[in-house]
This record gives sequence, structure tokens and C-alpha cells, in this order.
Amino acid sequence: MGVTWDDLEVGTEAASRHFGPLTRTDFVRYQGASGDFNPIHHDEEFARGSGFPTVFSVGMLQAGILASFATDWLGASNVRKFGVQFREQVWPGDELTCSATVVGLDEAVRTVDLELLCTRQTGGTAIKGTATFVVG
Amino acid sequence: MADQSLVGVTDEPFELVVERGKIREFARATMSTNAEYIVEKVPVSPPTFLASSAFWSPPGNSVFSKVKLDLKRVLHGGVEYVFHGPPPAAGAELTAQTRIAEIYEKDGKRGGTMTFVVSVQEFRDCDGNLVAEARNTTIETARPPADGKSRTATEGR
Repeated sequence: MGVTWDDLEVGTEAASRHFGPLTRTDFVRYQGASGDFNPIHHDEEFARGSGFPTVFSVGMLQAGILASFATDWLGASNVRKFGVQFREQVWPGDELTCSATVVGLDEAVRTVDLELLCTRQTGGTAIKGTATFVVG
Repeated sequence: MADQSLVGVTDEPFELVVERGKIREFARATMSTNAEYIVEKVPVSPPTFLASSAFWSPPGNSVFSKVKLDLKRVLHGGVEYVFHGPPPAAGAELTAQTRIAEIYEKDGKRGGTMTFVVSVQEFRDCDGNLVAEARNTTIETARPPADGKSRTATEGR
């Protein structure tokens, strides 16, 4: 990975990245990968019967997308913490934008703290996250 | 109301193996473009990969079978993964065990009471060293999520 300690300071931002439009196939692919087969994410009848207009994404899918965004930037082996809070639901056709900002650095142990955000095309927040990476 | 005496309750520990093909599948499903997950012979796992440990858990083992929540009102509030070193790599043989760490309540903005259940799943290597933890927050809302138009996990905060 190209990013080094000297490239980072408080306020440094990763180049934001767009994902989607998300499809029902994306939901199903994630459900197969993770083993979470809650039908509300792929079974139209079940979702409507539960009062939703249609199926909606697995929260852990957008969490995984945000995690991919972060590890694509600072390296798969370097992550030490990754956390998310779920906010708005994500629907078929949604386009997500992931962004990351450095909010702290610890020179002694060479770690960097990030604030992460995954927003929908509406501007609404799908996920807020935090992460800690070691950086060489 | 959830039973406070359930704090500390654990499930049965189970073994899991981190597999290269599963890492590739998971990295693709979460739209990673990082070659490390694909090209490396012994790739590390993605940050949220341990969610797939559910494949290794014996049926009926979930601690949530012991916490009496109304599943129609349950939302996933959030999750945090902590790694005590690089994330587990392909070939790692781990033992996982989940415990109920906290149960607390908050008043919902639209009335009623929300119950928060925090579970912590620990992943240990063959020598018993803690290599990763997953801290999940599960929310039982005051009424079913489908009761409104597009409810979110944060309502009531």
C-alpha cells in the first residue's frame, strides 16, 4: 500500500469512493458469504408481509463495504479496530459514498484513528464508523 | 424487559477455521478491490469477516436463545471488531465464544422502552491467546420496525 506515516495528519481525507447502485443480487451475495439468511433481505413476500415496501440491504453488507473502503486505503493487515453504528436502511438502487478522515495519530505506536462515513444518494447517513490502523 | 441476570451468560465455545476461499468470497461480496485478499497465498481476513463464524456455530447455540427478545422488534444497532495484531489469516484455527456483556434500557423518543443487549464474541488461537473480539449491540425497539415507514436503528437515541 502506498500510504505512509508521513502522508497522514489530523484532517487527512481518503479519496471518497462510490458503490452501487446496490442490487438485490448484492444483498444475496453478501448473505451467502456471511451466512445471515434473514429472508427480509431477499424474500419480497416476506418483506412486504413484515410491512416494508420491499427487501432492504443487510446492515453488515454496508459495514463490509465501508471496511473494504478503509482497508483498500490503509492495508488489509494493518487494521486493529473497526466499528460501525447503523443509521438509515439501505434499499435496492441506493448508491453509497464512503469517506474517511484522520482524527488522531499516536506516534509512539504508529496508529492512526479514522472517522468513517457511508452515505446514501439522498445525503442520509447509512453508517457512521470508526477505525484504527497501524501505519509503517 | 430483558433479564439482567443474563449478563455474563455464555454460549458453548466452538472451533472455526479461517479459509482462503471464504476470504475471497467475502472480499468480493463486500466489494473490496484490495489484491491482498485475492493474490496472497495466505491472505488476512477482512475486518468484518468474523461475522461468517455463524457457519461454524452449532445450531441453537446462540446466547440470544437465552435472552427473551421479541424478534419482530429487534434491530442491529452496531458492531465493533478489535484485532490484537493483524486480522486472522487463512488457515488460522480459532475458538469462538460469546458472552452477554451488558443489558440496559433507554426511553424511546416515541414512547415505550428500548432494550440494548451488548454481546462480546472472543476469538482465541490454539494457545488460548485472544486474537480478535466482536462487540455487537442488539436493540429491542418499543414497537416493530415495520410500524413506521423507514425506521432506523438509531430511533430513540
